[in-house]
Amino acid sequence: MTDFVGRQLVCVRGGRVVFADLGFRVEAGGALVLAGPNGSGKSSLLRLMAGLAHPAGGVLAWGGEDVAGDPATHRARVHYVGHLDAVKPDLTVAENLVFWAALRGGSDGAGARTRTALEAFGIPHLADVPGRYLSAGQRRRLNLARILAAPAPLWLLDEPKTALDTDAAGRVDAAVASHRAEGGMVVMSMHGGSLPEGAVVLDLAAFNAGLEAVGC
Amino acid sequence: MLNPLLILIRRDLRLAVRQGMDSMMALVFFVLAVVLFPFGVGPEANVLARIAAGVIWVAALLASMLALERLFQADYEDGSLELLVLAPVPMEVVVAAKIAAHWLTTGLPLMAAAPLLAVLLGMEAGGFAGLLAALALGTPSLSLIGAVGAALILGSRRGGVLLSLLILPLYIPVLIFGVAAVDAAAGGYALQPHLLVLTGLLLAALALAPWAAAAALRQAVE
Repeated sequence: MTDFVGRQLVCVRGGRVVFADLGFRVEAGGALVLAGPNGSGKSSLLRLMAGLAHPAGGVLAWGGEDVAGDPATHRARVHYVGHLDAVKPDLTVAENLVFWAALRGGSDGAGARTRTALEAFGIPHLADVPGRYLSAGQRRRLNLARILAAPAPLWLLDEPKTALDTDAAGRVDAAVASHRAEGGMVVMSMHGGSLPEGAVVLDLAAFNAGLEAVGC
Repeated sequence: MLNPLLILIRRDLRLAVRQGMDSMMALVFFVLAVVLFPFGVGPEANVLARIAAGVIWVAALLASMLALERLFQADYEDGSLELLVLAPVPMEVVVAAKIAAHWLTTGLPLMAAAPLLAVLLGMEAGGFAGLLAALALGTPSLSLIGAVGAALILGSRRGGVLLSLLILPLYIPVLIFGVAAVDAAAGGYALQPHLLVLTGLLLAALALAPWAAAAALRQAVE
């Protein structure tokens, strides 16, 4: 069975060790929740998993194969939602979404996938509104709709519920649940809130401790 | 590979059209800069005709650089660049598409305006073909070389100044052979050698610039 595994990961940012000797394992249909105080490296770990940054040590493996060996294939199976929503103010909501849907999943049926994704996040009525008029929560909904508009097995969500109301937060939970039911994996960082069912919690604080003492 | 390229170009062109004045700025700057010269140099027809090629080329270099600063900056600031790096499309293709869109929105309008400005400066009639051919081969090189600089300045403050320091020295060969082509055509000499050099510069830029810019972008998002 496919799994996504990290072993003995070390992350260095700005000459400072953020975490060291970190390991995790996510199985198909599984969810991993990253917890820990601000600055404990939740976002950094998600960026390592996405391939946006490279670990200073350790291995990330997909189905037993090191992802560094074939970064292009790894990119194709990852959906990353970061702190920035990547919404173009001059394009309408639909245009923004169709672009990403077509770039990742091909032009065929991009329009239909876009409509389904907008409905899943409750913003089909905004389809023709330019990005500049969206509120922070609406921009976040649009960014999350992007991951539904083109399928990928591994979702990396960095505090996905920031700026969202309870309705939208519920829609995120529903999307995560149905993605996992189809065998997808989810790694998300969050502060409080209800955990997805059967999620494994990884507390990053455990991997920060004692680094100062070692003299890193 | 072709499909993502077209999707990316279409998106950048659509953004350029929606932003309207922003994308016209390079053209307006180009026309204004050239029009200023007769006021500064004086209305002496011989002098203007003599310097026409150089003035048009220098103004074209500066105008094409104006829009370069924003080439990757907007995508970098709003997070789109991270997602483009993560897209299952080689970064070189993304860069090539953005360069193509930059040329279509700046290089092409400059080429269209150049003959009118050449008339204004009283350029020899024989030089027109040389000017158009040289601009057609030279302006894509400007966009290509400029993209490397635009990728390198991401995340720095005062990027515009840094960009001109990085890029203008690299533009000099294009400038020299671009002007030489026009002068040769106007003077009735062979145009071909200059155009061949410009073609060589374009091919070299085409072979190197997308890879260099893509590497710089991967560094920028890390």
